[in-house]
Amino acid sequence: MSLATTQSVAEIKARNKELIEDVLKVYPEKTAKRRAKHLSVHEAGKSDCGVKSNIKSVPGVMTIRGCAYAGSKGVVWGPIKDMIHISHGPVGCGQYSWAARRNYYIGTTGIDTFVTMQFTSDFQEKDIVFGGDKKLAKIMDEIQELFPLNNGITVQSECPIGLIGDDIEAVSKQKSKEYEGKTIVPVRCEGFRGVSQSLGHHIANDSIRDWVFDKIAPDAPPKFEPTPYDVAIIGDYNIGGDAWSSRILLEEMGLRVIAQWSGDGSLAELEATPKAKLNVLHCYRSMNYISRHMEEKYGIPWCEYNFFGPSKIAESLRKIAGFFDDKIKEGAERVIAKYQPLMDAVIARYRPRLEGKTVMLFVGGLRPRHVIGAYEDLGMEVVGTGYEFGHNDDYQRTAQHYVKDGTLIYDDVTGYEFEKFVEKVQPDLVGSGIKEKYVFQKMGVPFRQMHSWDYSGPYHGYDGFAIFARDMDMAINSPIWKKATPPWKAAPKPTLMAAE
Amino acid sequence: MTQNADHVLDHFELFRGPEYQQMLANKKKMFENPRDPAEVERIREWAKTPEYREKNFAREALTVNPAKACQPLGAVFAAVGFEGTIPFVHGSQGCVAYYRSHLSRHFKEPSSCVSSSMTEDAAVFGGLNNMIDGLANTYSMYKPKMIAVSTTCMAEVIGDDLNAFIKTSKEKGSVPAEYDVPFAHTPAFVGSHVTGYDNALKGIIEHFWDGKAGTAPKLERQPNEKINFIGGFDGYTVGNTREVKRIFETMGIEYTILADNSDVFDTPTDGEFRMYDGGTTLEDAANAIHAKATISMQHYSTEKTLPFIAGHGQEVVSFNHPIGVSATDDFIMALSRISGKEIPEQLARERGRLVDAMADSSAHIHGKKFAIYGDPDLCLGLAAFLLELGAEPTHVLATNGTKQWAEKVQAVFDSSPFGQNCHVYPGKDLWHMRSLLFTEPVDFLIGNTYGKYLERDTGTPLIRIGFPIFDRHHHHRYPVWGYQGGMNVLVWILDKIFDEIDRNTNVPAKTDYSFDIIR
Repeated sequence: MSLATTQSVAEIKARNKELIEDVLKVYPEKTAKRRAKHLSVHEAGKSDCGVKSNIKSVPGVMTIRGCAYAGSKGVVWGPIKDMIHISHGPVGCGQYSWAARRNYYIGTTGIDTFVTMQFTSDFQEKDIVFGGDKKLAKIMDEIQELFPLNNGITVQSECPIGLIGDDIEAVSKQKSKEYEGKTIVPVRCEGFRGVSQSLGHHIANDSIRDWVFDKIAPDAPPKFEPTPYDVAIIGDYNIGGDAWSSRILLEEMGLRVIAQWSGDGSLAELEATPKAKLNVLHCYRSMNYISRHMEEKYGIPWCEYNFFGPSKIAESLRKIAGFFDDKIKEGAERVIAKYQPLMDAVIARYRPRLEGKTVMLFVGGLRPRHVIGAYEDLGMEVVGTGYEFGHNDDYQRTAQHYVKDGTLIYDDVTGYEFEKFVEKVQPDLVGSGIKEKYVFQKMGVPFRQMHSWDYSGPYHGYDGFAIFARDMDMAINSPIWKKATPPWKAAPKPTLMAAE
Repeated sequence: MTQNADHVLDHFELFRGPEYQQMLANKKKMFENPRDPAEVERIREWAKTPEYREKNFAREALTVNPAKACQPLGAVFAAVGFEGTIPFVHGSQGCVAYYRSHLSRHFKEPSSCVSSSMTEDAAVFGGLNNMIDGLANTYSMYKPKMIAVSTTCMAEVIGDDLNAFIKTSKEKGSVPAEYDVPFAHTPAFVGSHVTGYDNALKGIIEHFWDGKAGTAPKLERQPNEKINFIGGFDGYTVGNTREVKRIFETMGIEYTILADNSDVFDTPTDGEFRMYDGGTTLEDAANAIHAKATISMQHYSTEKTLPFIAGHGQEVVSFNHPIGVSATDDFIMALSRISGKEIPEQLARERGRLVDAMADSSAHIHGKKFAIYGDPDLCLGLAAFLLELGAEPTHVLATNGTKQWAEKVQAVFDSSPFGQNCHVYPGKDLWHMRSLLFTEPVDFLIGNTYGKYLERDTGTPLIRIGFPIFDRHHHHRYPVWGYQGGMNVLVWILDKIFDEIDRNTNVPAKTDYSFDIIR
């Protein structure tokens, strides 16, 4: 049994506060001051989690964050399947992000679909010295010749592009004109912009506004007959098929999904979105900007939803149905009822194996809060959480709807802090990314990658919850964790805190 | 509903259910504005033709699916090979997230590295303050014995001067004046990850040998009998380095492995996270100046390091990722010649066992055509081994290969009658390789994980050897160097050949007369 479940909330709060004091001791004074603002113990009833966020990472610490390029190419634009996304600059960024996020799609790769490919301008020294605009123009010509069925091109700027002052907008405009209005989108997502992936999401959203929406004539007819039940899924990247196991529920309740962003998405779907009656938003962090824009410009309402775990799924289906008529409301109830036996069976099978287990999370845009309900459905408790690139509004949502009193909160956690927290809190499971996975497994702590679902998934929707439950069970109850200590050696003391 | 609590279906099977298939078909038809299937098919077929190949090879600006990464990755890889050393990458932080992920995905191990987290203000004013604060934080937090600094393209474009920055940081008290902070400029727009390995390793050696950036006297070489060994950027560093150590010890040679990252990428799961493990001690790195000679297993990973070492009076010898009998012979004989030690009977017996294995199996490999891609040295090593097996390395491609490298590969082809119809492709990418595989098909493809797209598109079975290998586990624990390493490579190749034979003969009452139990 872990510490957290044997202590009162007051004890846990005291311990967590002490823990924060402890980790800050290692830093030089200036850094300790800066980091102190990002670490907190949640007080029930407060409107946010009491941490500063979306501020520059401290130099020289092991931040888990990425960059604006990762936010645009890796998240927002990369999964749009029928467009070619040029990683414009040196070879590395495109190489490291090549097919790394498991944005599933259906299509003939290399012919009419291009997600799991790496297109790069492979900048050389001469491109830095003389500029890359001519090369970019030529690249677009070569793409047109060799990949004639592409439906559009985006230019994902890497660091040097902004620094050397290339005019990718001019090249894009000129080439678009040459190719009879082809959609070509320059994206100024240089990695040094902003403090994390987050600015990349925003920049990418804005580029959709400026280079996709604004190019469509306001009175252009949709390519399909509109219905009152047309919705768009925004902010689902189809990791392991998440958007599919979500979409099926919306369709079963009687809605029609006219666009999916951006996992398994296409340019036609982006263009069709302003025709939706409602935008349903899963990853608020990465796609709230464009959802707000569509609300302002086209009057399309949007609502956040959470498809992790049966409690939140039911809540979300009802919330979405609330925007529509009784037919859809009944549809939502029908869907909830249809899947209830499956959920009951999943919980009956896995809850006894997971009841009372504690979890610490550190993930990206929505999961540090969204998955908490799914764990609770399995009788588990999230005792620590934090965002890589969350903003204050993420922490507000977390405080108001998700975390319990006394939860340890860590924004932009450093490798050092996270390791110390886990060592002392001793959760039964850590959920974070590939960079953290092996650190904690070496410590003998079960782990799941909560960005990529550890190559499993989907985790969204009812079908996904069965997989989520199975995976958490397989991680926590794997027999291997009993083998970490050789039988001829004493097991480590249960509290490392006492040992120090 | 196909999902089931007792037999949970995940992405492998879930979406094959009729309700999902219907949903995906509707999505495509109604909302994706799909291309005409006949047109997709026409272009798909066209992309297999010699005409397409010609256009594809005429490309001048676009790179598609390159088989190379950027310099800083190699710098990080080299730096963690020193005792208690943390790599510090000066530039924007997203890069470091990528290097760490990339290495972790290959080795299934933690990868520790920090960044100076430069943003817009640093782009305008330079990254000096990031360096000053960053070094201080890294030093106090992770208590490294050494911080090895390299750069990203951002720091290089704005022209940050590492030598001056580190000096200033020391003056400001970020780290003690005598603390070791070697550095290397590793612009991502020059060379590739093997260049970065070379620059970082040279930077570290230079630091210790040439007076620690002006803060200590230069070392005087006092020759001893030791041999320095450099592995180069190598996805098999865990297995290879240990095998090489065993060979040295078998021969009774005193040695120093420079940049020995074999332990840090293979730490045990026993309740403790070791951020640092093993590695070349800083003392050994300094004392390496006294060695008799330095041997590099990868010429193109040490193009600058070796001349630097030679300039200090040592003999230097380089190989091209030696794999197989003759290549290992050359390596062992060089060791023997330099050290003056006899080649022990044990190694001769290991050699005989590899020859034995090759003789037993050569009938299955003889005359088969292979395509190979990867880093320049690995391509050379594999091509030579295939020729030794009587196979034809028909297409050999390295995105980071130079013209000079191509000449060397051609010389390898020319040394064997099996190399007569083989061609080398420097600077080309995997989309070029795709055209080659369609227009001049081969029997097998050897390369890293990204080759699975080529395997799918062209039907050429992929033997996974190279870096990165993301989708198969633990191959990096096995050596490919030495006679025993040659045995591993032989087995990996044979396993794929036999799997293919079985796959092609397993239809009952049709082809299964050749579905043999004995081979």
